[in-house]
Amino acid sequence: MQVSMTVNGGAQVHEVEPRTLLVHHIREALGLTGTNVGCDTSSCGACTVHLDGEAVKSCTVLAVQADGSEITTIEGMATAEGLHPMQRAFQEQHGLQCGFCTPGMVMAAVSLLDEIPTPTEAQVREGLEGNLCRCTGYHNIVRAVLAASGQALDDPVSVGGAGA
Amino acid sequence: MTDTIDAPAASPAFIGSRRVRREDPALLTGEARFTDDLVLTGALWLGIVRSTMAHARLASIDLSGALEQPGVVAAYAGADLEGEWAAPMPCAWAVTDDMKNPAHLPVAVGKACYVGDAVAVVVAETRTAAVDAMDHVVVEYEPLPVAVDLDDALSDRNVIHADLGTNTSYTWVLSPEPEAVDRAFAEAAHTVSEDYVQQRLLPSPMETRNVAVVPAPYDGDYVVYTSTQIPHILKVMLGLTVGVPEQKLRVIAPSVGGGFGSKLDVYAEEVLAVALARKLGRPIRWTEERTEAGTATIQGRAQHQHIELAADGDGRITGIRVRLLADMGAYLQLITPGIPLLGAFLYHGCYDVPAYAFECTGVFTNKTPTDAYRGAGRPEANYAIERAVDALAAQMGVDPAEIRRRNFIREFPYSSAPGLVFDSGDYEPALAKALDLVGYDALRAEQERRRASGDLTQLGIGLSTYVEMCGLAPSKVLASLNYSAGGWESATVRMLPTGKVLVITGTTPHGQGHETSWSMIAADRLGVDPDDVEVLHSDTAISPLGLDTYGSRSLSVGGSALWFATEKVIAKARSIAAHQLEAAEDDLAFSDGTFSVKGTPSRSMTMAAVAYAAFTAHDLPEGVEPNLEAQVTWDPPNFTFPFGAHVCVVEVDTETGSVRLRDYVAVDDCGNQVNPLIVEGQVHGGIAQGIAQALFEEAVYDEEGNLRSATLADYLVPSSPDLPSFRLASTVTPSPTNPMGVKGIGEAGCIAATPAVINGIVDALRPLGVTDVRMPASPWRVWDTIQAATGHPAGDAAEGQQPAPDQPARDQPATDQPAKDQEVPT
Ligand code: FES
Ligand code: FES
Repeated sequence: MQVSMTVNGGAQVHEVEPRTLLVHHIREALGLTGTNVGCDTSSCGACTVHLDGEAVKSCTVLAVQADGSEITTIEGMATAEGLHPMQRAFQEQHGLQCGFCTPGMVMAAVSLLDEIPTPTEAQVREGLEGNLCRCTGYHNIVRAVLAASGQALDDPVSVGGAGA
Repeated sequence: MTDTIDAPAASPAFIGSRRVRREDPALLTGEARFTDDLVLTGALWLGIVRSTMAHARLASIDLSGALEQPGVVAAYAGADLEGEWAAPMPCAWAVTDDMKNPAHLPVAVGKACYVGDAVAVVVAETRTAAVDAMDHVVVEYEPLPVAVDLDDALSDRNVIHADLGTNTSYTWVLSPEPEAVDRAFAEAAHTVSEDYVQQRLLPSPMETRNVAVVPAPYDGDYVVYTSTQIPHILKVMLGLTVGVPEQKLRVIAPSVGGGFGSKLDVYAEEVLAVALARKLGRPIRWTEERTEAGTATIQGRAQHQHIELAADGDGRITGIRVRLLADMGAYLQLITPGIPLLGAFLYHGCYDVPAYAFECTGVFTNKTPTDAYRGAGRPEANYAIERAVDALAAQMGVDPAEIRRRNFIREFPYSSAPGLVFDSGDYEPALAKALDLVGYDALRAEQERRRASGDLTQLGIGLSTYVEMCGLAPSKVLASLNYSAGGWESATVRMLPTGKVLVITGTTPHGQGHETSWSMIAADRLGVDPDDVEVLHSDTAISPLGLDTYGSRSLSVGGSALWFATEKVIAKARSIAAHQLEAAEDDLAFSDGTFSVKGTPSRSMTMAAVAYAAFTAHDLPEGVEPNLEAQVTWDPPNFTFPFGAHVCVVEVDTETGSVRLRDYVAVDDCGNQVNPLIVEGQVHGGIAQGIAQALFEEAVYDEEGNLRSATLADYLVPSSPDLPSFRLASTVTPSPTNPMGVKGIGEAGCIAATPAVINGIVDALRPLGVTDVRMPASPWRVWDTIQAATGHPAGDAAEGQQPAPDQPARDQPATDQPAKDQEVPT
């Protein structure tokens, strides 16, 4: 079947098998391998992308279901001006270690702030419940999201970085 | 073992700063490439058909149906591949001379010994074709009696490997002075005798394992891309097992999405992919499904622990006896039998204990092999001693903090009864800091109030002090433990003609930020900017020498190698600068990247200018080779011994058994810190995994040996609402055994946290008669434990009062899911 979608601002038209999951379409047909696969039970959120502005786990959607939609993947977040503020916050707060969960985590976090621009820590934790990270214990991920929302953090500040 | 090295004199500009990671932009934008991201033209996909039975004769394997499927190129049973193996799968640690080690082939021949054991393989043009074709492999199993339970396996009622005649792989004993131990117990004023269960865990890095092998059939080369922690060790082992000449192998670990010990191994799929690339002459790749990983990737912990303490009238511990039963699983993987031994020397914890006896029996079961999981032996050791010390305190009516103070080691270097020399330490200030930070006295007062008023929510304060051995390892010590490799690390530093710096390290980071930290070290030493330092790693063609990353070794061993390599570069540069400045070498000062003549600072030469002079080689001193480069292989003189004190404050609902983590304070001492930002991240992640063992995670096997919690829906890796924020502090006690005075921090959190949580729960419930709670301490388990302790066995409880102990699962109602029960302290 033919599916067409706008991905990171560009039109993409491809033939897909009806059973192809969106995540595999993104990774294999579109070659956008920033979106990761961490599980086979829709549990980990590593595959999170924005579908028509909403964060979705792209392993729970068939490529054909995304026909006609607008998709943003992690590759679509940074601009010529540099990293997206959420990406920068993740770097500054050391919100990633191995980085495997990170693309999905960033996409989920951006969409969380769309919904709740100034969340409490508890709201950040609840909002990211569907995204698993094995490295960070979430501590610095939570801090990154709070920082990206413009809230001041009292702990020490890091130095350097792509945005600095 | 206590050779002392002077601390660096130069004032560091970058070391010690919270520098953000240079690794991050590539990972944050999707630019980084993990193994499964690689585009490999013409690659075939490998699918592994795995045993669905824990123990069964493979009566027949019919591949014909699979071979007829579209896109299938080949299919093999184990017997078809036997000729491919130069040696069985490797185990590098024969812990005793008579250790029993069954031959372990990448694909089973004759019988399968655990659910997940590979029994056949399919090779196809696409990933989906391989997956589809696997359904058409027909395996006829003849079930054999299983040995799943550890005690049952020990009894040899059902022997798994008939040729061995027993399920016991080995018994390893460390008992330097048995009479002293007997005397300590005979003369003891107090004794405790405790039994604990370390449940099986799935390491669960978020990236599963992946491998891709690209052969060059006419040249004979193989490039192996694999999600591993150990490209260097793997290269040796692939050469030995597949029989490819080692010089023809190049192993690359691209971005690796976490390991936690589980990628410190040589896996059947890696060995298979090389063999099949050789056989078929085409690239072969394999990606592990998450549910497949449940049984195909090694598991952690899985020990039954018995610990006894003898103490005098003041509660000073005079002797320790430890007996372990360690579950090996069906086969010995790379260092399976040695894992309990990594804890064997540490069951006395931070305490000065004169008499010590340890014994461990490794037992085969029809389950996935165990091997290294974060901490590897040391979390188990620390759990046992920290639980037992709390038991002693309770028995004597002494405060848990006080019993620890009475027993702390105070003189360093400290020669321990089991035979180690602790490099440095200062345990009491770390504990004092943790108690102060958490508000210990106020918490004890609140606990008293709640107890007195019969509050249904009881408060528990769980202490855990710890010391671990890191910096694996002095090669001579490894030799004495029968480990078949060394513990050195390598670094190369090359000054480029433009004044930039190349660092090549034998460590293999997979989340630890070595590129950032190593660039900071090199920058400080050479007087350049960290951004002018490139750090290369994880490719055996670029970094041919290395022993990789595990056991919190990278900074203390690999970072030290780097430090010494910069020293060598500076020494050579000094001779070139002296020559060009027409001064004696001794008359040159080197600081901020510039050599200058002492007393005449205007006569100077920058490191960049020296590098260019070394490159042109137009005017070098007699006998000095062109170029400015040095390689150092450093073998540490001793382990390092990081330590700390963690306190976990819990509220336990005595009606539902749910546990709320109210506060978590960690004070860690890993010596000098190169990058505190990274140190803290390591501690956070370690604490999370330690809490996960205490409260959430277990690889649950049924009686037939089926893993019931293989998926991420059933195996409860904590998500963000399950955990609180952590409050961290540190003390700094430099190690005297390496030039930067560093110790290692990768595993500390995981070692400290588990007993902190369980001690907290037991502390809350002790007035109810509770002395132990099995891990993971799910609400049901805690509730059941309370019922049993208060004389209301679970069976007597009113129907419907508590949910049944079903398999935990993410999608169950909140009452049955610890994941949902915990609120977050704000
Ligand atoms: S891959 Fe795990 S939720 Fe999609
Ligand atoms: S950074 Fe490794 S899984 Fe999140």
